[in-house]
Parts: sequence; C-alpha cells; structure tokens
Amino acid sequence: MHFEYQVDGGNFSNAGVASSQFKKILKQLNVDPGLIKRIVVALYEAEVNIVAHAYRGIIKIDVNIDKVRIALIDEGPGIPDISKAMEAGFSTASPKVREMGFGAGMGLQNIRNNVDQLDIESVVGKGTKVEFEVNLG
Amino acid sequence: MILQDIARLLEAKIACGEQFLNREISHVFASDLMSDVLTVNSANLLLLTGLTNIQTIRTSEMSDVTNIVLVRDKHATEEMINLAEENGIVIMESPFSMFRASGILYEAGLKPVY
Repeated sequence: MHFEYQVDGGNFSNAGVASSQFKKILKQLNVDPGLIKRIVVALYEAEVNIVAHAYRGIIKIDVNIDKVRIALIDEGPGIPDISKAMEAGFSTASPKVREMGFGAGMGLQNIRNNVDQLDIESVVGKGTKVEFEVNLG
Repeated sequence: MILQDIARLLEAKIACGEQFLNREISHVFASDLMSDVLTVNSANLLLLTGLTNIQTIRTSEMSDVTNIVLVRDKHATEEMINLAEENGIVIMESPFSMFRASGILYEAGLKPVY
C-alpha cells in the first residue's frame, strides 16, 4: 500500500496532520500499538522538521507485510553538516519553532531511536531527504 | 491514583474529558519540551505542561499520552479541546506552578518517568 501527504513549511497549526492521518491507517491495519508508536513518533518528528525548516515537502509511505518504509522529501535550505545535525542538542530552529515545544536538537535522535534503518541525504540550497524503515513483527 | 483525585489535589478545572476521570495514573512527566514527551513510555502517564498550543495535543496524540494538566492558570484553546476530544484526551487546568504541582503529586506517591 502506498500513501502520500503534502506538508507546508511554516504552517505550524497543521504540523502533525499527516502523521495523525497515517496513525489512523496503522490502527485500522491492526499494527501492534508499540510499533505504531515508534513509527508515528519518528514520522511526526520528521514532519515537524519540514514545517520548521523547509519551504514544502512530500511524505511517501509504503506499507508492506514485513516493514513500513517512509521517505520525507523537502525543498528547503538543506543541512550543511548532517553529522552535526545528528548531535544531541544541536539545533538551528527559530524562536517560533521553540515556542511550539520543539527545536531542542532532539528530533533526529528521536527518529534514529525509533527506527530500524535511517538514511539522510541533503543538498544545501535544494533540500533534504529523510528515509527510514520500521520492521513489522 | 485516579484523575479525579489529581484534579482535587491540584485544584484543577476539567477542560475536557470529564467522562475519563476514573483513569488510573501511576507516573507523571513534567515538560514544556515536546521532543522530550515523545521519548516517554506513556502507560498510565500524566503530562504536566505549561505549553498551551495545538502541538501539545498533537504530541500527546502521537505518543499515546491521554492525560494532561496545564499549569499556572493556562487555558486550553478551542482548537486544543476539539483535537483532545477527538482522541480521548483529558485536559485539566491548574492554577499551580509546574514546581508546586510536581511537588504535590510526588508527595502523593506518583512516580517519575526517569
């Protein structure tokens, strides 16, 4: 099964809507609640990252029998140093992002801690692709 | 301890979810940082927070947190209440500060997450 969601950069009132919709689908598919939580926490952090840092993005999700594969592709400023961005506490978030309870430099770590495989590619001035997988069962 | 007792201890008003006040709570997590909330095990958990915007409820929805106390006389917005009701989330509003509310609940025997 394939699902796609559009995400607008800067639109905080809608941040999390895609993650919420996909969570409902996972529940309908009777996926284990512990796995649902891992998938949607990673997805939500990544969705908030698009809202916080990029101009727009698309989320592409493939659900197979053995795994969920999610790619978040954005048009935005990109990440100059991915290993730096992965460090706990490192953040370039704006005050607006911090007002919403994010921007503490925990997001990418939270994603990594909840998924079985994570790949991040970024081109400065173009955008970022965050891709991860969670094994089912 | 059930939510009803917590509401009494914190002199809290119920903003929504009145029908769930018999939920049992064993642990409390106090934070305004939503990325931190996303790391916790949410079984029988109460979230104490001073962050009053829609992301408080979205984060709770994602991390299966169903019980929230807003501290220091903060009030839930209509948008927050609508999303909370959709997800079976209880929102209570206490006049006490985060420190005072935490102290009262700790003294009453509720456990920390970390």
